Amino acid sequence: MAGPMKIRATLAGGNTAGAAGTTEIRVLMSHPMTTAQSGQPLHFIQNVTVKLNGRAVIEAEVSQAVSRNPVFSFRLKGGAKGDRIEVAWLDNQGESNRIETAVA
Amino acid sequence: MNRLRRALLGALAALLAKPLASLAAWNESAFGAKTPQDALKGIGVANPAPSKEIVIDAPQIAENGAVVPIEITSNIPGTSSIAVVLEKNPFPLAAKFDFGEGALPYVKLNVKMAETADVRVVAAAGGRHYSATREIKVTIGGCGG
Repeated sequence: MAGPMKIRATLAGGNTAGAAGTTEIRVLMSHPMTTAQSGQPLHFIQNVTVKLNGRAVIEAEVSQAVSRNPVFSFRLKGGAKGDRIEVAWLDNQGESNRIETAVA
Repeated sequence: MNRLRRALLGALAALLAKPLASLAAWNESAFGAKTPQDALKGIGVANPAPSKEIVIDAPQIAENGAVVPIEITSNIPGTSSIAVVLEKNPFPLAAKFDFGEGALPYVKLNVKMAETADVRVVAAAGGRHYSATREIKVTIGGCGG
């Protein structure tokens, strides 16, 4: 069964003089990601969307070749502490989940 | 009356939410392709130019084909998408990432690999396509999962 998600978003490399850093996002999804070869019903995440303050910045289409309990890392240009990061997924059986965090 | 109305509206919202969510795009022909060539054709890629500006960081030998970590960075200016093709998997196209304003053309993910094969990464930038490959040796295949 598809289960809970975990997310972490941290600002790296920025400084107080105004140089822009990078926001690192790491997200974990609990999902069986079963393949057509496994003998089990095909069940895998197809779409992943990353939003920054409500605006989609990364949209991914993925296949059953992504490992069970997918972990993705993404990077955003700049960013500020407190920015809202949301990651959502949708699978081939219509199940979905989402998680939100603030950049730390 | 109010409570009934609220319940009805809630049920209606639930009904409406389902089909809307399932409208998200998934390129069935590209992901269903059984050869790397057809997979690339499915996402509109023909004759990508080899590029050293695409960096693929992955283990040379993956003992467990069920979890092969791959880290990809495109240093090509204006990169708008990155596709990952596992050349010897039954369905080679593993993922395609589209990067909007504010996102860096970078991704790290774990994939399943059936056997030792090249991983091909195709980046799109300014309407052109670029590709790089890297061989990963797989000791135990990971597509039964």
